[in-house]
Amino acid sequence: MDAILLQILNGLDKGSAYALIALGLTLIFGTLGVVNFAHGALFMIGAFCAVTLQRIFTISRTTVDESRTDFLGNPMEVDTPYLEIWFGPEFGAALIDWSVPLAILFAIPVMLLIGWIMERGLIKHFYKRPHADQILVTFGLAIVLQEIIKYFYGANPIPTPAPSAFAGSFDFGAALGFDPMTIIYPYWRLIYFAFAGLVIAGVFCFLQFTTFGMVVRAGMADRETVGLLGINIDKRFTIMFGIAAAVAGLAGVMYTPINSPNYHMGMDFLVLSFVVVVVGGMGSLPGAVLAGFLLGILESFASMNEIKSIIPGIDQIIIYLIAIVILLTRPRGLMGRKGVMED
Amino acid sequence: MGILDVKDVGKRFGGLQALSDVNLSVRENTVHAIIGPNGAGKSTLLNCLVGKLMPDTGSVLFDGQSVLGRKPHEINQLGIARVFQTPEIFGDLTVMENVLIPCFARRDGAFELNPLVSVASQKDMAAKAEAILADVNMAQSRGVHAASLSRGDKRRLEMAMCLVQEPRLLLLDEPTAGMSRADTNNTISLLKEIKAKRDITMVIIEHDMHVVFSLADRITVLAQGTPLVEDTPERIKGHPKVQEAYLGTSDAAA
Amino acid sequence: MLGLDRKDTGLLAVVAILALFAPFILNPFPQGSELAQFNAGYPDLMQRFVIFGIFAIGFNLLFGLTGYLSFGHAAFLGVGSYAAVWMFKLLSMNVIPAILLSIAVAGLFSVVIGYISLRRSGIYFSILTLAFAQMSFNLAYSVLTPITNGETGLQLSLDDPRVLDGGGVATSLPLTNFFGIEMRATETLNLGPWAFQFNAGYYLCAILLLVTFYISIRIFRSPFGLMLRAVKSNQQRLSYTGLSTRPYTLAVFVISGMYAGLAGGLLASMDPLAGAERMQWTASGEVVIMTILGGAGTLIGPVLGAGVIKYFENIFSKINEGVLHGWFGALPDGLENAIVWVLARFTGEGWHLTLGLLFMAIIIFLPGGLVEGGRRSRALFRRRGRRGGAAEEDAAKQRAARPAE
Repeated sequence: MDAILLQILNGLDKGSAYALIALGLTLIFGTLGVVNFAHGALFMIGAFCAVTLQRIFTISRTTVDESRTDFLGNPMEVDTPYLEIWFGPEFGAALIDWSVPLAILFAIPVMLLIGWIMERGLIKHFYKRPHADQILVTFGLAIVLQEIIKYFYGANPIPTPAPSAFAGSFDFGAALGFDPMTIIYPYWRLIYFAFAGLVIAGVFCFLQFTTFGMVVRAGMADRETVGLLGINIDKRFTIMFGIAAAVAGLAGVMYTPINSPNYHMGMDFLVLSFVVVVVGGMGSLPGAVLAGFLLGILESFASMNEIKSIIPGIDQIIIYLIAIVILLTRPRGLMGRKGVMED
Repeated sequence: MGILDVKDVGKRFGGLQALSDVNLSVRENTVHAIIGPNGAGKSTLLNCLVGKLMPDTGSVLFDGQSVLGRKPHEINQLGIARVFQTPEIFGDLTVMENVLIPCFARRDGAFELNPLVSVASQKDMAAKAEAILADVNMAQSRGVHAASLSRGDKRRLEMAMCLVQEPRLLLLDEPTAGMSRADTNNTISLLKEIKAKRDITMVIIEHDMHVVFSLADRITVLAQGTPLVEDTPERIKGHPKVQEAYLGTSDAAA
Repeated sequence: MLGLDRKDTGLLAVVAILALFAPFILNPFPQGSELAQFNAGYPDLMQRFVIFGIFAIGFNLLFGLTGYLSFGHAAFLGVGSYAAVWMFKLLSMNVIPAILLSIAVAGLFSVVIGYISLRRSGIYFSILTLAFAQMSFNLAYSVLTPITNGETGLQLSLDDPRVLDGGGVATSLPLTNFFGIEMRATETLNLGPWAFQFNAGYYLCAILLLVTFYISIRIFRSPFGLMLRAVKSNQQRLSYTGLSTRPYTLAVFVISGMYAGLAGGLLASMDPLAGAERMQWTASGEVVIMTILGGAGTLIGPVLGAGVIKYFENIFSKINEGVLHGWFGALPDGLENAIVWVLARFTGEGWHLTLGLLFMAIIIFLPGGLVEGGRRSRALFRRRGRRGGAAEEDAAKQRAARPAE
């Protein structure tokens, strides 16, 4: 029982990331009708927003401290971040410590801007082109974005820790009455899960309860008719693309303490997220979220030693295996609508 | 017994009974029209005949063989060809290639692995294709991309593709829908020519009474998923039930 | 000739001449000159040109003709490589059994994957093939390590059995050969400052390229190929014309998989090792890029695309900042540094950036690829040339053509 609970918990954080990326992919696909292979790159750029903010915060002034010496006996050089100089050592250090959550504020405008540029500059010319062309051009874009990041940040993963307040783990076992230390779970993963839930709820509320969201949903159902009503659907779709980019970006920002970001993390997640979208049903937002969590959890179950000893290697292929089974038995995915991408 | 026998066919979509107790017998070498107001179930019936839909009840026999449960390509191989409401052709290919495909399908069956045979070497196929293109007056555009043809020419090409297979039964789904008067008349004369030249049975689903009365030997009137009457055009014209159900409103609209 | 019409025979002849004289054609600059680094006439690179040419020709049979975009084709190449290396380990260092087995294994593999994936079309097909390829890749890295040797990759070793040519006694690793002719054997012809290299392995690959190119022409011109193009154009009409789509797509999927297997077998024959990274989806993406760049659905396009990508990959990644400084050394320092800095972003390590940009540019501006580009520029020249004297004639022709529409 406790082992099962542990695996469900372990699956939640990866599942959250899948769900957030798949949600954005589905928004773009459902509204704009575009298959965006560069969406993983947006996730990756989000993660590097956190890295960037951390770097900005730690820009330092180097001073020579005559009272101390380094191991060669020379006066020691001391780096003091400007933030600590300006805001006092305590508050400055706290800001640096909290750079990942603060990067959310930094990433939102950046991602909206990138999304806007991408949509106006490239994607909009591909609305009428075949899906294969959309896949290919966004694939090219993903390579370009990835290489740019690689140039500025190098090829190695960059550790980006969570605030020290969240450094520990929560002992679920003790809290739920199992043996202590059987189910321990890092705080940050809990935060990530809660954050993902919040973002997902936000997107759904936005679509459900605002006029803007209503028009977008109508547009997802029948783009031409909405256009005929005299509503400028294109402008709204641009904004939707920006929002989808921001969702992917935020997923990336908050993921950095879980996995140190590197330039190809986007591609790694993209393939899986596409599988998630297809399993959930192309064009279905609830389907994307459901499938994201489901596959995340199943993946974590498959990596249990008990299961691996029965079917070796299952943890490596479980997601793909499920995708294949789903596609063959339920061609429209778990919650897909009829007629989407079936031409 | 006719070449096509539809017995007690019924089809339900959710709460809608689209077809019920449809009985129909098409005699060989006739032109049989199925008419009826919108929503009468004409297209559903046609889709049941070509394997696109599976009726809930009843049977459809073509030349004594059941067509139900067979895939569209198998039904075609039995000798049933279909013309669509909007012409379905191979837009990326040339007119000549469009006609060659049914030629090969007729000769080689549903699948033939012949990657090392050259199309150009199949002179008999080419001759057959040329002949049918000449029949429909399209020989001069054999090298044209089919997508760039006018709508009328696309229709003729589609007819040619069906005819070159020498089907025993040709199903036409509103062949003149959306056409100008002149194009409609051209299509009528094309169909008449075809009928005069060869032994072929045609089933036409049509809105346009002008087309129906110019071509049909027998007419079935479908209303609310059930055949109302079946008779010759002359008798249908004067039939009070038909006038009430269909022609009355149609005349008023015209 | 050979059952081809005159135009296709011409095309085949051009490819044959290019392939056979590649050691000359690709080596236009004398040894030791500034430009010698642009030479591509060395065995390793020439082998890759033709091997990836074969891979792309096969991919194009599937994607170019039917429009089914497979994102997992590298899996077949990887499987082919593994099969070939196993043949070298177990049977003999002769490349023929290795190549035959790699084609057969890749063929079997593609029957299974194709049978399942082809039940769906469009993006679903792409995702299914991608899923299968990623599965193979992940398995090759993990549980299949006894077969694939995991991350290290499958290699020859001294104690391999090699039943036919007596393993276990040699003191150094044996070399792959074609009935005694070593694949590594290279003759160098020195003509003045030029050194042309003729490599046995390259010529084996080149001959196979010609054979596969010839088969691809035959497929394009066959009723089978016609049906495949019809699949891309209108599946509904095809089935109402009495043709069954599935066996056609499956047949071409398998043929295409066997081409990939052959390419994988050849890679292993030139250099007997096989690693899982050959199956990764980026490798599948690469063959898509090659085919699109050259021109999907054209005969020569994939070969061109493979050549261009492999050439630039090689040359671009060799141009580092030092080389650039050498080129722009004559310029004032500030300008030199600026230019070198900009160019260095796109060369050397930055090659992938160039590849991504190139790829985007092709899709945006020239969806037909290089072949389409060639066609357009030829049309442009013809129009330029005719302008003036021929203008009136053109106008007359247009007037005459109007009523026929």
